[in-house]
Amino acid sequence: MSFNNLDTLYRQVIMDHYKNPRNRGQLEGDHITVELNNPTCGDRIDLQLKVEDGVVKDAKFEGEGCSISMSSASMMTQVIIDKPIEDALKMSEMFSDMMLGKEMEGYEFDIESLGDIQALQGVSKFPARIKCATLAWKAMEQGVEKDDKQG
Amino acid sequence: MTNLDYVRSHFPILNQEVNEHPLVYLDSAATSQKPKSVIETLEDYYNRYNSNVHRGVHTLGSHATDGYEGAREKVKNFINASSIKETIFMRGTTTALNTVAYSYARTNLSEGDEIVLTLMEHHSNIIPWQQAAKATGATLKYLPLQEDGTISLDDVREMVTEKTKIVAMAHVSNVLGTINPIKEVAQIAHDNDAVIVVDGAQSVPHMSVDVQDLDVDFYAFSAHKMCGPTGVGVLYGKQSLLEEMEPVEFGGEMIDFVELYDSTWKELPWKFEGGTPIIAGAIGLGAAIDYLNEIGMEQIEKHEHELVQYALEQMNTIDGITIYGPIERAGLVTFNLHDVHPHDLATALDSLGVAVRAGHHCAQPLMKHLQVAATARASFYMYNNKQDVDVFVDGLKKAKEYFGDVF
Repeated sequence: MSFNNLDTLYRQVIMDHYKNPRNRGQLEGDHITVELNNPTCGDRIDLQLKVEDGVVKDAKFEGEGCSISMSSASMMTQVIIDKPIEDALKMSEMFSDMMLGKEMEGYEFDIESLGDIQALQGVSKFPARIKCATLAWKAMEQGVEKDDKQG
Repeated sequence: MTNLDYVRSHFPILNQEVNEHPLVYLDSAATSQKPKSVIETLEDYYNRYNSNVHRGVHTLGSHATDGYEGAREKVKNFINASSIKETIFMRGTTTALNTVAYSYARTNLSEGDEIVLTLMEHHSNIIPWQQAAKATGATLKYLPLQEDGTISLDDVREMVTEKTKIVAMAHVSNVLGTINPIKEVAQIAHDNDAVIVVDGAQSVPHMSVDVQDLDVDFYAFSAHKMCGPTGVGVLYGKQSLLEEMEPVEFGGEMIDFVELYDSTWKELPWKFEGGTPIIAGAIGLGAAIDYLNEIGMEQIEKHEHELVQYALEQMNTIDGITIYGPIERAGLVTFNLHDVHPHDLATALDSLGVAVRAGHHCAQPLMKHLQVAATARASFYMYNNKQDVDVFVDGLKKAKEYFGDVF
């Protein structure tokens, strides 16, 4: 028995984000909060976004869940801070395609722009875990929509 | 250990590799696998006598009716109901519990009345009562759990009073494996003129259940957890109670006479079976009952008891493991392994061909009580053996090592 194929899922960088999450905590001042859970498994994320002039100025999250959902949230906050909302949404679309195992070509941003998130590519080989990885991104999309309505 | 190894060959699905390892299926509490005899019975029904029941004059129609009603007779005998009028085919445990909450609770409850549940219930034995309470002004009360995940009869005696109209609880907890003292609780409920409603989804597949001996008023279970097909289950109810209840679904099949402005219902059990019934499903359930009887419920119970005790013993050798529930339990073990999240653990085990469940097991209030967001669960059936437990425990050890290294 060996876990060789697990290494495509649990990459070192994922484990690092799980153990040492970036941007974990509570935002001060005005911000949007989205709480989202995955009702089938109990994963929960509380994402806070500070959006000014259509740009994500800051992002933090709290929550509980598996290594995939929590590391994905950590990586996502890293990459969307200081990005215009529309860019963040385009990245979300890229991420969603990545989870479906699509060829990562023909996007406005190249795949390197996703930074650490590229490590999550292996999740597409584990269909049961895709929802874990996309939870934070769904929360971000809802948050941005909220901002749109309020703004 | 009881030797039921010969039954494995009756389950074609078990003979396969998953992720290049022989399948070790430890998720029977979610749904059981099906023996060849059940699969063949379904095939035979569709191949030879598929037809609607209770109405056709033609030969296939009466063959199908015989099959459907014959299955009801098997159910009646299996749980020792006193009449076929008391065994209603429904979609499953959830629909059965909802039917009682709709039809019985909404007419018999009013403000100030109380419904007593336990903290270990599955969502399907919580939410129907929440809804009934909201609709009638009744109040929900929850029996606390003791340290080991059992309820105390003293607490039951204290909480069940003349205000109580309904006591609802699982016979066996799908998370803790706790076997509740249903007979004693039924007695206390009746002493207070309350009815007892039992979620039997995790008990009927694994132990002999005699509804008359338990003296329960309502008892619900699902076919798919007891070697039968999905989409069918049973509501047992005492005839005197069912007679007084209104159907929940109206339409074809369940009527006696229909006029323009009013209609009358068929007699029991059919008044609760609106629409074309679950014919194939019920016939499949009948075959599952035949199969369980052939192996013997006592054998199954004994085998699972030995297996779960062996599993507990082996699992307890792993440092950092937390096991929930009492020592004396039904054939399932819910646990957490140190810092490894149950999803990660389940993925690791899956890569070794071991299927376990991870999540909140449709029991969020219980998870909150246990102060965990999620847990992993291994559940056994008659086709599991000691070797399955060994592969599983070995997998846990390997997973612990693996995640210990990467975390």
